[in-house]
This record gives sequence, C-alpha cells and structure tokens, in this order.
Amino acid sequence: MFYRLAGVHHTRYETARALWPVPADRWQVAIVALLALAAPFFLSSLYLGSYLLPWLIWSAAALSLTLLMGLAGQLHFGFAAVMAIGAYSSIHLARFGVPFELALIGAGLTAAVIGSLFGAAALRVKGLYLVMATLAMQYLVDWVIINVPAISGGAQATLRTPSVSFLFIPLDTLSARYYLALGWVALVAIFFLNVKRTSFGRALVAIRDKDFAAAVIGVDPFRYKLMAFFTSSFMGGVTGAVLAFCYYRAVTPEQFSFNVSIQLVAMVLVGGLGSVIGGFLGAGFVLLVPIILTNLVAGMAAAGWFTVSSNLLAHVPLMIYGALIIGFLLFEPLGLAKIYDNIRKYFLVWPFRHSRS
Amino acid sequence: MAYFAELVVNGALTGLMYSLAALGFVLIYKSAGVPNLAQGAVVMIAGYVVWLLFSLGLSLFLAVILGAAIMFALGLLTERFLLRRMVGQPVIMIVMLTLGLEILLRGIGPGFLGAAPKSLDLGIGLAPIIIGDVFINRAYLVGGVVAVVMIAAALLFFRTRLGTKLRAVSDDHVSSWAVGISVEKAIGISWGLAGISAVAAGVLWGSVQGVDWTLSTLLFPAVAVVILGGIDSIWGVLIGGLLVGILGSVIPGYLDAVVGGGTRDVVTSLIILLTIMIRPYGIFGREDIERI
Repeated sequence: MFYRLAGVHHTRYETARALWPVPADRWQVAIVALLALAAPFFLSSLYLGSYLLPWLIWSAAALSLTLLMGLAGQLHFGFAAVMAIGAYSSIHLARFGVPFELALIGAGLTAAVIGSLFGAAALRVKGLYLVMATLAMQYLVDWVIINVPAISGGAQATLRTPSVSFLFIPLDTLSARYYLALGWVALVAIFFLNVKRTSFGRALVAIRDKDFAAAVIGVDPFRYKLMAFFTSSFMGGVTGAVLAFCYYRAVTPEQFSFNVSIQLVAMVLVGGLGSVIGGFLGAGFVLLVPIILTNLVAGMAAAGWFTVSSNLLAHVPLMIYGALIIGFLLFEPLGLAKIYDNIRKYFLVWPFRHSRS
Repeated sequence: MAYFAELVVNGALTGLMYSLAALGFVLIYKSAGVPNLAQGAVVMIAGYVVWLLFSLGLSLFLAVILGAAIMFALGLLTERFLLRRMVGQPVIMIVMLTLGLEILLRGIGPGFLGAAPKSLDLGIGLAPIIIGDVFINRAYLVGGVVAVVMIAAALLFFRTRLGTKLRAVSDDHVSSWAVGISVEKAIGISWGLAGISAVAAGVLWGSVQGVDWTLSTLLFPAVAVVILGGIDSIWGVLIGGLLVGILGSVIPGYLDAVVGGGTRDVVTSLIILLTIMIRPYGIFGREDIERI
C-alpha cells in the first residue's frame, strides 16, 4: 500500500547497508522531521512546552540508556543519578562563566567519568547483582548531591539555571529551547543508528550475547563494558544538562530520584530494548499515557459516570503506570518497537501476506 | 559507652525486623530464582490488610490470622498469573515486572484506603525497657523476638516433608520434576509463605511507624540484608539483618551529627556495594558457577 514493494530485495551492498533501505521509510523519516521542525509554528505553547519538549528530552535519555541496556546488555538502575551529575555540573559550569556549549560537553564528561565508576561493578558482576549495585550507587549519588551544599545549594534548595545562549541564540524563548532539545535528540538518534554498524557496536552486541564467548573471539569485555558505560553516561549527562536548561530551568535533587531511574528503565523496556524507534515510542508512552488516562478518568468522574475520591485520583497515575509495565512485560516483552515492526512488516508485503519479507 | 550499647541493642532489634521483610525475598529467590523487588510493597499491602480487618472490629489475633490467609492467597495468585508466565525470560524482565508490581501496589493500597498514615496499635506500650543504662524500645524488642521466631520457624519448616521438597526445587527444577515433585506447586507455596512473612513485617513495622506507603521503602534495607547474608540463605537473613541493623544504627549514631543526617541510607548502600564488589554471593550464599 504505502510501500509498494513485495519484500526488500537488494542488488547492491550499498542499498543493503543503507539506514532506511525502503523508500517509504525515508519519506516517513523526512515527514516526521519536517513536522518536528515546524512544530513551534503550529503547536500551542502548552503542547510544545509541556508535552513535546519533555517527550523529546526523555527520548534522548531513553536512547542513551538503551545503548547500555539494549546494545551492551548491562543493566543500569541508577541512570537518573548520571543525568543528575550532568545537570548539576552544567549549571555550575555555566554559573562559573563557561560558555554553554563547553558546559554541555563538560557536563557530559563529568557524568561519563563518574558513570564509568558505575561500570566498575559491571566488571565484577552481572544480572541481578548489577541491578543492586547500580541501585546502591544511585542512592549514594543522591546523598552526595543533597548533602554537599556546594552542589545542590543546601538541602531542600532549588538551583535556578542561569540564562545562557547556545551558538549566539539566547535560550530564553520556548522555541529556542525546543530546537536545542530537538537537535540533541536527533544527534543521539543518528549516533545510535550508526553505532550499530561500527565495530564498536558489534563488539557491544557480542558482549551482550555472551561476554565469555566475546572474549574468546577477541573482544575485550573489560574495555568494551567500560566504553559502553562511558559513552552512555556521556549522552546521559548531556541529556541531563539539556533537561535542566530546556525544560526544568530550576533543578532539585528529587527530579533525579530513584523513581526516575525506574521510569527510564520502564521507557526502555516498554519501547523495546536496543531500538531507536522504541526509545521514542517508549518515552512518549510512559510519559503521556498515565497523564492522558488520568485525565480521562477525571473527566468521566466529572461527567458523573462514577465518583472518584481526590485521594484515589491522585494515585491513579501510579496504578496505570505500574499496570502498563506489567502488561507490556506479560503480553509484548519486545515492546512497542515490535508492535511497530509487525505492522510495518504486514504492510510491506500487503496484500500478499504469505510472501517473503 | 551506654550510648554505644543502646545503639547496638536497638540497631540489632531493628535489623531483626528488617530480616522479617527480607525473609520473604529469600523464600521466593530460594525456590523460584525470582528476585521479588515488590516485597516492600507486599509488606505494605499486608499492613493495610491487617489494619482493615482490625478496624472492621476483629480482634488483633483474628485479624493477623485472617490477614496471613489473605496474603498467602495473594502470593499464590501473583505467582500463578504474573511470574509463571515469565519463566525463561531474562532477569531484567523479571526485575522490571516485580518493580511494576511494586508501583501498582503502591498505587492501590494508599489509593483505595487513604494515603494518611494509619495507626496500628498492638497494645505494646510506649515506655522503654531500661536495663542498666540502656533504653530499649519495647516495640523493637517485640519485633526482634517475632523475627527470631519466624526465622527459626522457616529453618524448621525446611526440615519437614514439604520443606524438603522446596529445598529440592531450589537445587534444580528439572531434577525435581524428574522425581515427581510439582515445581509449580512448590514455587507457589514459597510465594504464599513470603506473603505470611510479609504480614509479620507489615504488622510490626506498621505499629512502629504507621501503615502508609513508606512501608514499601523497607525494600532497600531488606535488599541490603539479603545481599550481605546471601540471597538464598535463611541463616544469612538472620546474620545479615543483625549486621545491617547494627551498622545502620551505630554509624549514623556518631556521624549524623557531623554530616547532617541521612547517613543510614549511605551505610545501607555501602553495604550493598562492598558486598557485591568483594563477595557477591554474600556471607552464606551459594556461589553460582557459570558454564558456557
């Protein structure tokens, strides 16, 4: 129908290696990119600022995490702490007078160096124990941030981001901040798409599948696990800085608590491990569906269909969010990316559903 | 010196109450190999169930017994409808499923029964027991005694016919099937038993700090207990609980004044981290040897 081809048949290596081998996919990417670029012109500032902008930034965070969890297979339950390191160091660098462009890179490097320490546990253990170790490190980082006044500005303090400009464009308007976030998430997505085709990406996949076996064929697990943690933490740190400067604009330690780490893992799993489109879909789903469903319940209660106490209504998002995670793991463990892929495969050969695709 | 002794004694008793929450974790991990990160929320739900039965007018004894029956059934249902479908999935899926369950329960409990803390009065009394110069919290003492009794009961249970079956299942699922043990039933029973131990933890912690969602944060010290003691060892729960409790009471007792509070979580995190870096399988745990 849209694709107008019965399966993908390559005659040259270049076409087989292309990021989007099917023309319809290229059109799709181009249309989505155009819509994203034009969004500030046709979306109201409410939708742009409180739905689309956080969605993009959290997508970048989910993509950074899925590089580690999906590609390298290292579990990480302290990613919010990595983002917090990025956010706080970028704010302090910017306050110190460092240009914002350098502050972003500095934030990424700080997060990457400290995040590699998380990886030290990965060199020793894996699986459940790695979950516990990263979880413990999340608590440690949280405690340091809260209890060192030089970082957080004192307990219970809110740290406002200074006003900065990126490439001579001041980040005071919503659309400027939106374009910065869009640029960053596009960069992360393109990096992720390409890293799968490099020797680095293939080494990470080998380690994910079996680290001993990878060592046998000459992939050094020590080196590549640390590199995976470094790369992923760098992207996570910059994402944290973008989150602080473009969305929150005033950070507190609670914005990067353990629950946020779980939320990030939920985004990755609901989206589908190791998939780019899964990162976007998962972040959108986990962020927006509880809000939408809660508004639906509140609306139905307001229409008088049933009565809901305000206390229950306050807990509905939590229930929906938990039920979403459970439901996806039970019924579609490969996540939204798999659902998207099934639909795409169906239309790729439509109407000849039994042909090769 | 009296201050130190007080910190040690009360810390040890708190630690024993942590082990009550950790016991359920170990029971499930031992038989099913499932890390149940929802155990903190299960403790919270158990507290809510007993509080509900108690406030409906039942006597405390009846409320606890009925609560234990309900939690046993809930444990069986969780295993049957959630975890059994996850057999053979990678550990990240199972960890995340239990975390999803944790979030769901944390919404359901306070959502339907009210978020304000509920007081659960066991009639223990508030006056501390004074031995020499040491003040001992009466509620913690009762909690510690109950914890020791529960752990002893768990140890004895593994000597019974059913307990032997459970031990066989924890050794090897396939060989247990081969000799005619129903692995599904054994895993279900261990989930039910974890529910019963959650009732004990929920009632005791609920009487100390009130029943509300904060009971689910018991997960963190409970995880430290099982990591330190060994994730599949009942003895580990006892020793690990004592160590986590004492360290988590003595170190903050001296350091909190210096650094401004909150060191208990740091001690707990450090216990988890150091154990994993030095001896991942804990004090009494069984070391898994991985074969390609």
